[in-house]
Formats: sequence, structure tokens, C-alpha cells
Amino acid sequence: MAANVIMPQMGESIFEGTITKWLRKVGDFVKRDEPLFEISTDKVDSEIPAPASGVLSEIRVKEGETVQINTVVAVISEEGAAQPAAPQPDVASQESRNSTRLAAQPSIGKVERDEGGQTVRSSPLVRRIAKVENVDLSDLEGTGLGGRITKKDILGYLTERQKVAEVTRPMVQQVAQDMAETLQSGVDRTEVVPMSLMRKSIAEHMVASRRISAHVTTVFEVDMSRIVQLKNQHAQDFLNKEGIKLSYMPFFIRTVSEGLKEFPMLNASIVDTNIVYRKDINIGVAVALDWGLIVPVIKNADEKSFLGLARAAVDLAARARRKRLAPEDVQNGTFTITNPGVFGSLLGTPIINQPQVAILCIGAITKRPVVINDAIAIRSMAYLTLTFDHRLIDGALADQFMVSIKAKLEGWEEKLF
Amino acid sequence: MAAPTTYLEAIRQGIWEEMERNENVFILGEDVGVYGGAFKVTEGMIERFGEDRVIDTPISEAAIVGAAIGAALMGMRPIAEMQFADFIACAFDQITNFAAKCRYRWGAGVPLVIRGPSGGGIHGGPFHSQNPEMHFVHTPGLKVVAPSTAYDAKGLIKSAIRDEDPVIYFEHKFLYRRIKEELPEKEFVVPIGKADIKRSGSDISVITYGAMVHNALEAATVLAEEGIDLEVVDLRTLLPLDKERILESVKKTNKVILVHEDVRTGGIAGELAAIIAEEAFEYLDGPIMRITAPDTPVPYSPPLEEFFFPKTSDIIRVAKQLATY
Repeated sequence: MAANVIMPQMGESIFEGTITKWLRKVGDFVKRDEPLFEISTDKVDSEIPAPASGVLSEIRVKEGETVQINTVVAVISEEGAAQPAAPQPDVASQESRNSTRLAAQPSIGKVERDEGGQTVRSSPLVRRIAKVENVDLSDLEGTGLGGRITKKDILGYLTERQKVAEVTRPMVQQVAQDMAETLQSGVDRTEVVPMSLMRKSIAEHMVASRRISAHVTTVFEVDMSRIVQLKNQHAQDFLNKEGIKLSYMPFFIRTVSEGLKEFPMLNASIVDTNIVYRKDINIGVAVALDWGLIVPVIKNADEKSFLGLARAAVDLAARARRKRLAPEDVQNGTFTITNPGVFGSLLGTPIINQPQVAILCIGAITKRPVVINDAIAIRSMAYLTLTFDHRLIDGALADQFMVSIKAKLEGWEEKLF
Repeated sequence: MAAPTTYLEAIRQGIWEEMERNENVFILGEDVGVYGGAFKVTEGMIERFGEDRVIDTPISEAAIVGAAIGAALMGMRPIAEMQFADFIACAFDQITNFAAKCRYRWGAGVPLVIRGPSGGGIHGGPFHSQNPEMHFVHTPGLKVVAPSTAYDAKGLIKSAIRDEDPVIYFEHKFLYRRIKEELPEKEFVVPIGKADIKRSGSDISVITYGAMVHNALEAATVLAEEGIDLEVVDLRTLLPLDKERILESVKKTNKVILVHEDVRTGGIAGELAAIIAEEAFEYLDGPIMRITAPDTPVPYSPPLEEFFFPKTSDIIRVAKQLATY
């Protein structure tokens, strides 16, 4: 018997994946569950184990190719049977039908718009102009009878679009021209590399987030001396007893999850014109990778012990670097913490991880002279910044949250074990 | 420039000039000679041109048109007057089966003009207020004109007399002495088959003819103060229609109101709506609207007649609806 190796579905809304690397060659013997190839989807990079033991008799999808989920990417023959597996057209076509059907399903955003907008009312004239000018009528607000899009509406829209184009065109043209000149003048001095799937995904997400949310950042200075002392005091114990390298991260996750309980609006999302309060506190922690960035999520952080948080943070970061994250490890975050302080950054103004409404950025913890009771003291200080979505969260609320975080860090009471 | 000329006087001048210009032009009809016509359009002509060229006839429209066709075939240029356009029905067979088809059957042109005072608003009742134009618009081989101004009335009667084919000339009796304007002293004609933009506008095209042109212009003046800019298209000729000018206007404003005082069913508005829908569908930003008389005879009772004919207020009401559509 031969076993088909298929492109797995890595998450609900993932319909295709790219094979980034084959870890075995055709003719190699592979054992069930040992890593066979690496894939990259727009959510995670992952190693895929062999579904059966046997000889890798056929590789159907080369490195760098992107295929729909459930596509047969390789065939493993029974041990000793070196013959390529006979094609199984029935199964294959069944699978491709399945994947086609899945891929054909519109995205959630599209469905919502179709349900909400029904049929866009316009007129033959408006539809003709829309066709000629390449306008998606669902982008327009109709002012006619019953919300009908009128001639005036679409002409107004086109005028606006023209204005925007006139403002941005010279800019875009200049950039494009500069790029072209750069590439031409120094062909041997540049290297053109296509973006990885992860890079493209990050790029899209960042721009989309800036467009969706009204980003505002508030900066707080926190005296971390007590936390530094606690960490130094217990670091060896953690390593000896639990095998965990203690970092500052669990302290922040703990205070943030308590803060989110206190101020649930920071743990919410905006859906259309509704505020969706998320009952779970799932904290994402940004992990820098050599090839990008990923945000694994610690689920129900408020229900874990300090030790549990410390273990989860270390585990997720380690698995992220080894490409061993499962799709669910990066899903359903409700708040994100990013920690560029480890690289020396003093303070940052991060971009919100959609569909969340706030992100905490931890700056470097450094010793600074500070004034305490009119005396100058040396304390371990850090700048904490909160970028929040002003659509939902006003400055006062954001600052109350930060005051709470600051107080918890400066007056830490919880025992670590 | 002379003193303002009435619509009626403009027709009279046009006929007079053409009779001076070509001795083959002659008039025949009931009381057109000694009496000068029921509405005095041919007043003074018998004295100037004599009984041979201004002929009083018996009360028989069929005989008048039949004799005129015969004369036209023999090289004359008759102008036959129907005392009221309503009675043109009596000559229907002569016009539609004979005059209209001579060129098709024999290649013989019939250079005949049939004038008929049409339209209502003068308490004339069901036999003296009708708009019988569509009987003839439906007949290939004829030309049908219906001027709305003194200038067009004069220019079109001259073109009609010079035309080599039968032209039905509907003059609106309500306009006879109500409409006047200064006319150029120099000779001019108005070509058959050409519509005229009586008011240029950007929001809605009101396409009409005859007396309704003036209602449309009145409505445009009122609506201009409310920011609705009407374009008034005067068809002037109903057959052949000036499709080019009509579609041009529709493509500019993208909304249309069709107005006529003829009854609704089979009125020219239906034909115009079909042309616009077929040839300018993708330029429409609203439904094609019609304002017409209802499908009844013209009532005699003044309040009923007032209700029956389209009014300026109807145009204003429909234009406002269409503007917000």
C-alpha cells in the first residue's frame, strides 16, 4: 500500500500552503511521524511529519511551490516497494473538488458585506460609469431614494478619487522611478528577492492595521527595581528546579492579565459598530525570528500560576524558533505584548495586532538616576508604552490601565513559586 | 426688427411669402377666402392673390384633401386648411392611403401641406380640442410638424410648402394670439426633422412639443430657484423624429420627462420612451417619466378640461420627484 502525503490545513481560514523545504529526498526511507517537509502558510511556518513509514517514492510539489490544501504533495510506498505509487485519479479528483469548494468560499468580510449591503441599488448610468471607471459600487453610500447610488454620488466619488490620485501620484511615481533607476544603475549592486509568505503576511497585516485602527500611544515610566531584584533572586531556582530560564516576560503577562480583568475594554474587539468583549484573556507575545516575526498566544493567562506563565512563555518562544508552532498556538489572541527592550530599544510605538485594540511595548530596563523623596537614587527603570485604538479606548482609560500596570509592577507581591 | 409678431401672424406671413415666391402655391379650405379663415390665418389673401389661388370649398375635408392631392400630382403646391384639426379624420383615407403612398407606389411626390388648428385649453370640447397627430405619425410617407413659437411657425410653414412630400402642419390654436416674438426681417426657414433646445439645462430633459413647450419653460423657471436645472427639448417635428438631438440631451442629463397634451396610450411619449430605452439605456439615472392627458375624450366642462390637460404644476411635481430619485 502507498500513502499519499497531503498539504495539511493549518488553521480555519487557510486554503493553501507553500512547501519551503523537503527534508527527505526521493528514495529515502522515512519513518512515520518524522519531519518530512517544511511549509509556510500566511499564519505559521511548520514542519510536517510523515503520515506513514516507507520509502519516499515520489515528490509531486517542488520547494517554493504553493498548492491548495489537501493536494497530494508526495507519495510514500510500502517498505521495499520502490515503485512509484499508481495514480489514484478518483481520490485525487475528489480531493481537488473538496479543496476547490473550500477555496471558493468567500472570506468572512465578503459575506458580511453581501449580507449587509444586499443588492446595491443604482441605475444603468451609474453601473456603466462604474464599469468604465472600475468602481466597486459597494464602496459608495447612495443618497438617492432608498439609498440608491445616483449619478451625483458616483461622479462625486470619482472627483474625490481623482483628487487623491493627483496628490499621491507624483509621490508614487517618484518612488517607482527612483527604484527603477536604482535597479538599472547598479544591477550588480542590488539583489531582488521575493518576499516570503510570512513577510508578505506581516506587510499586509501592518498596513491593514494602520488603516483600520486609530493608533494612539501613551508612555509610562516604571520603576522595575523590585522586579529586577525578584528575578535575580529566583533565576537560579527556576533553572535548577524547573529547568526554566526566568525572564521578565511572565511578570508582564501577569500584571497585564490582571489589568485586563480590571479594564475589560482593552481586551475587546470592534466588529462593525459593536464592541465585542472577549471573556478569555489570551496574551500574545511577539517573538522575533531570524526570518520574521510571530506572535504565539498564551491562552487563559489569567488562570495560570506564575510558574505556568513562565513555562508557557519559554515553551512558545522555543517552539516558534524551531518552527514547531501549531496553528492554534497563534490564534485567538486578545492582547499583545512586545518586548523590543531586549534589543536595547528605549521605547516603541507598536502597531496593533488586529482585531485587538491595544498592544503593550516594553522598553529596555536600565539603571537611571531618579528623584525619590528629594534625593537622587539609582533605580532600574523602563519605559512602557501602550498603543491603543482610539476608536474604542479614550486616553483616560488607557492611562488608568497603565497606572494599574505600573502599580502592580512596582509593588509586586505574588510569590513566584 | 419690427413689432412682435404673433404665432398666428407668423403662419400668415409664411404662407404669404411663399405665395409671392411661387405662383403654384395656392390655398383651399372652408371659409379661407372671403371670410379669411375661421381664425383669420388667410385674411387678406383672396384680395392679394385672387379667387384662383385662395379657394373656398364645401364642407368636405375628404374633397378638400382629394382635390389638393390631384393638384399636387399635376405640379401645383396646395395648402389645404382643416378648419379644426379634429375634422382631419374625415380625410383620413385620402391622406394615409393616397397622399402618403404615392411616392412609394409610383415615385410621384405629393407636395401638399395640410394645416390644422389642434390642441385644447380654449373650452372647445371633444370635437374642437383634439391632438390627432399620432394617426399620421404612424403613417410612413408623411411628415408631421407642430411648432411652438412664432419663429418656428413661420419657418416651418415655409419649409412645409417647399417640401416635395405631404406635410401635416399642426398649429396650436391656444398659441395663436398668446405667443408673440420679434421675427427677423430677413427671410428664414426652419428645417423639418430638427428638434430645438428651447432651454439648456443639466439635470432633467423635458421633451415635448406644441403648447406644452411653454409649460415646460415655465416649470424650468420655477425649478431653477430650487436648484433643479431643466433642459427643454422642443421636438418641432414629430415625423421624422430628431433622434440625434433627443439622445444627445438624454445622454447629457440622464433623466427624462416626456410631456404631451395628446392622450397617453399611443402618444409619442411611448415611442420616445422606447427609443431612449433602446439606444440610451446605459445613460439613464432614473425612470423615464410621462406626463400626458388621460385616455378620454377632451371634456367640454372647463374644470374637467383644466384637469384633463397637463399643467406646469404637473411638470414641477414630477421633476421634483425625479430629481430626488
